[in-house]
Amino acid sequence: MDSESLLLSLELASGSGQGLSPDRRASLLTSLLLVKRDYRYDRVLFWGRILGLVADYYIAQGLGPDQLGERKSLYSLNCMEWSLLPPATEEMVTQTSVVKGRFMGDPSHEYEHVEMQRMTEGDRTYEDEVVIQIKEESRLVSVIDQIDKAVAIIPRGAFFKTPFGPVHVNRTFEGLTLADAKKLTSYFHFTEPIELKNKSLLEKADLDPSLDFLDNLEHDIPKGSWSVQMERGNALVVLRSLLWPGLTFFHAPRTKNHGYIYVGTVLSLDVDSVLSLKFLWMILGHCIAASITFKCAIMYQSLCTMSSCFCFFHSVSIPGGLYSSHGIPPVFKSFLA
Amino acid sequence: MEVFASPRSEESQEEDEQEKQTDRAWENRQSGEAASPSASQELEPEVADSLKEGGQPGEVALPSSSQDLEPKIADSLEEEKNLAPEPQPSDGTLPQSPGSGGRVSGAHLGEPDAAISPPVTEPRSEGPPRLRPSAPDFAPPTRPEQDIHETSEAGEPRASHSEVSYERQSTPHLPGSEEFPSYFFQQLQDLNQNTSPRKEPVDWGIFHQDESKSSSDLNQSELGLNQKGAPEPAAPSKLEIAAQNAKAYLLKRSSKSGLNLYDHLSKILTRILDERPENVVDIIENISQDVKMAHFNKKLDTLQDEHEVPLAYEIAEKQKTLFLQGNLEGDQEQEDEIAESPLPNIMESAFYFEQAGVGLSTDETYRIFLALKQLTDTQPVHTCRFWGKILGREMNYIVAEVEFREGEDEEEIEEEDMSEESEADEDEKDELPKSSYKGTQMIPKEENRTGANKYVYFVCNEPGRPWVRLPSVTPAQIVIARKIKKFFTGRLDAPITSYPPFPGNESNYLRAQIARISAGTHISPLGFYHFGEGEEEEDEDEEAEGGRDNYEKNPDFEGIRVTDLVESLSNWVHHVQYILRQGRCNWFNPIQKNEDEEAEKEEEEEEEEEEDEVEEKREEPANIEKEVGPPLLTPISEDLDIQNIPPWTAQLSSNLIPQYAIAVLRSNLWLGAYAFSDGKKFENIYMGWGHKYSPDNYVPSLPPLVQKEYPSGTEIMEMDDPTVNEEQAFQVAQEKALFESENIEETEEEEEDDEDEDEDD
Repeated sequence: MDSESLLLSLELASGSGQGLSPDRRASLLTSLLLVKRDYRYDRVLFWGRILGLVADYYIAQGLGPDQLGERKSLYSLNCMEWSLLPPATEEMVTQTSVVKGRFMGDPSHEYEHVEMQRMTEGDRTYEDEVVIQIKEESRLVSVIDQIDKAVAIIPRGAFFKTPFGPVHVNRTFEGLTLADAKKLTSYFHFTEPIELKNKSLLEKADLDPSLDFLDNLEHDIPKGSWSVQMERGNALVVLRSLLWPGLTFFHAPRTKNHGYIYVGTVLSLDVDSVLSLKFLWMILGHCIAASITFKCAIMYQSLCTMSSCFCFFHSVSIPGGLYSSHGIPPVFKSFLA
Repeated sequence: MEVFASPRSEESQEEDEQEKQTDRAWENRQSGEAASPSASQELEPEVADSLKEGGQPGEVALPSSSQDLEPKIADSLEEEKNLAPEPQPSDGTLPQSPGSGGRVSGAHLGEPDAAISPPVTEPRSEGPPRLRPSAPDFAPPTRPEQDIHETSEAGEPRASHSEVSYERQSTPHLPGSEEFPSYFFQQLQDLNQNTSPRKEPVDWGIFHQDESKSSSDLNQSELGLNQKGAPEPAAPSKLEIAAQNAKAYLLKRSSKSGLNLYDHLSKILTRILDERPENVVDIIENISQDVKMAHFNKKLDTLQDEHEVPLAYEIAEKQKTLFLQGNLEGDQEQEDEIAESPLPNIMESAFYFEQAGVGLSTDETYRIFLALKQLTDTQPVHTCRFWGKILGREMNYIVAEVEFREGEDEEEIEEEDMSEESEADEDEKDELPKSSYKGTQMIPKEENRTGANKYVYFVCNEPGRPWVRLPSVTPAQIVIARKIKKFFTGRLDAPITSYPPFPGNESNYLRAQIARISAGTHISPLGFYHFGEGEEEEDEDEEAEGGRDNYEKNPDFEGIRVTDLVESLSNWVHHVQYILRQGRCNWFNPIQKNEDEEAEKEEEEEEEEEEDEVEEKREEPANIEKEVGPPLLTPISEDLDIQNIPPWTAQLSSNLIPQYAIAVLRSNLWLGAYAFSDGKKFENIYMGWGHKYSPDNYVPSLPPLVQKEYPSGTEIMEMDDPTVNEEQAFQVAQEKALFESENIEETEEEEEDDEDEDEDD
């Protein structure tokens, strides 16, 4: 949410029950102004709060003239002193993805991760345990990056792309209409588009290149990972991500007020592995159903073992419904329904 | 614009006829003055030009431009015209417009014909939308002579013809145009005039056409002009004509969109002038686009928005009753109620939670407050508490925790009746053979006011919507709820599709989760509650059943320092009973009643390997038959860690002013569960998705192994078919045996016969 309209934004986003205490709010209003001056940002966003076991991280982001350009993230523990975070690199993301669990609230905290690595010494190879030290700060960077890429969203029309490339705030944006506000197609991922390039010409035909330059939420995976609700008698639309519980997006239709805030523990649904297994599960489900039909106990047994192995190795959540009446596991449907 | 131009032009024709008389009177009046506007007009080109260049159109330029364009505006501007110099410069002063004299005279001549001419002009006036755009195209190039001729003789009248068509054209705009600032039109007009000279050659074509249709309608055209209220019959300059023609061009509508540039520009300018954004020039493209989009959006919106609005009104209407409910009761009653109201002051606790950075907006809290008041007014409530808010996918739940007054649980009884009835129905229907399989024995649910059913919970989706009472929870529901993880939808009747199958719908699941969350996260400062003294006698009995389940407020509680509350978790205790693995708070021994099923029972217990409420310590008793949880009012410092994560995080609400800060506890097990205490007061709240934290992803329990269909053994195993040799050997052996038996006794033979007979029967 924009730091300039922080109070209003917090008020609008308060429906999830997570806000800021008065002293935090006051200090943010003061310090973000200084951040904007010192780092010479065009806009400063208050991004949210990551709940640690000992302390919380408050995250802000600075934007340059190009709204879609590189976003600089800053963190603070007391909402007053801000430290710049390094940009996220792919290496950092993969490295920190092994760390599970909660944040401590101490940027210098080091997680220890034991990894088996294959060492080659001359002719013989052997496996050795290597302890990798991962700083919480780099985990913070990658988590912010992940959340931004997955669930940072804006309403359609709030930004426009100039023919030269940079993205600007659309000052004539007057908010979505009520009907549009309920549709996922009216919201865009506030990050570099990925799906857009894969669209067919037919799909692109109706797109306005200056407005529809981002991916919309309609085809987000998994389907149904957004909860869209109207609050305050249709005066406010609130989108909550089920993928990253804690992310709340708000928009008051027919006004330019919009923004998102993340308050949570960076606990997310592990979609990639779930989805990769979805197909396997469908097949397994069919096989198990067949084994029941043909009363082949051995086959059934082995299939069940297989599926349990999948669960174990991927430490993945396969929601129930495998043995629903349809025979096929409606994985996400049943999970989210 | 032109879409509705034609109907209105008809109207305008009618008006024309009606106004004829008045107009004529007016014309008469004007005719005397006619020269004055014309004079001003003639003067104008210079003036206007100079003004144009200056970019500041003055009032002087107004009359000429507006009169042709917008009669009504012209009307409004009459005064200005009248103010124009009275002494008339003669037509001769206008050398550059040869026809001007003709025009003036035409105006005068035309007056007498006014009454006759309208019918003739009417068909033409109907035409304009069609005529005008096509005019330039049809301009016959083969009539140069005539052209000259006409120009010399009746050029001006023709020009006024074109004016007529203009007026017809522009009249439709009038209602809208009137709103426009007059100087705005001035600008437009000037613009037209600026661009017009180039168009002149083309424009003559219009005159041709007019001429070809009615070559002699000099007067009529004048009349039309006059009818419209154009007061001056003065001869326009070439510039003026050109301007009008330019305008005609601008009014030409697009063959694709049906729009015309003139209206579009005026809409844009109107909008800019209304909104007055900064740096207009930078965003003019956007505005232009917006205006066009708005033009198209309207049609879509009418259908789509229709059903949305009533919903908003409906909620507003419902919430209105919340605000009005206070007025419904008498003063006396109100005073009594205030004295002993069970209504909690949730605004106060909301204030404290806000210090902790938790909670809804003040506005929403107050609405919930009112909704709770409604609940306490309508139900026989003894105590009431705002439990929290559970987020759902479609709607959220606001949960109220309620304890009824003694002996006022009517609904519960009804509910039980209902369930009995439904069971009875099932029995009647159940004619099919029943399975002989006996499931594991159901553990009975706890009585109201005890254990997990100590409180009754009401939920509503939004303040103002009706409160719905949740059914009491059964042990089976709690046991299954621990094994599944589902998002709430917000609809209480939504089915829960899961494995293992959940017994009940979302309302049951919600109730089970509430029970689990309450048991795990409701904490109070040490000493705030103590076991009632009256209970002590029963202690021994209850001890046998798994601990005392009643406590009362400690009147001697003196408060704990906030810093102590933050520093030591042992200063906090659970005041809600731990739920055993069985799904009950108080151990129920199924074996007492059912010795036979003991073994089965134990199996079931073993199956419940699902990790339990981890936050509470569990001594696994050697005797599996009896589950013992930690007793009530156990300090939370004894809660179990979640894989090295401490179950609670304690913080001061503010480090800036620690003197007045409060202690805030955040549960790491149930994200969203908070507790605060300022030393004396405390409150718990939950706001979240209703999911328990687990560091690993959720894994559903696997389906059980296949049961054996039949016992395998020699009795029912299929034998191999005997070989021929075996059969022969068997035959031989049989014959041998028969032979021997025949030899043994004759009596046996008889018996065998009897047996044979029996077999035959």
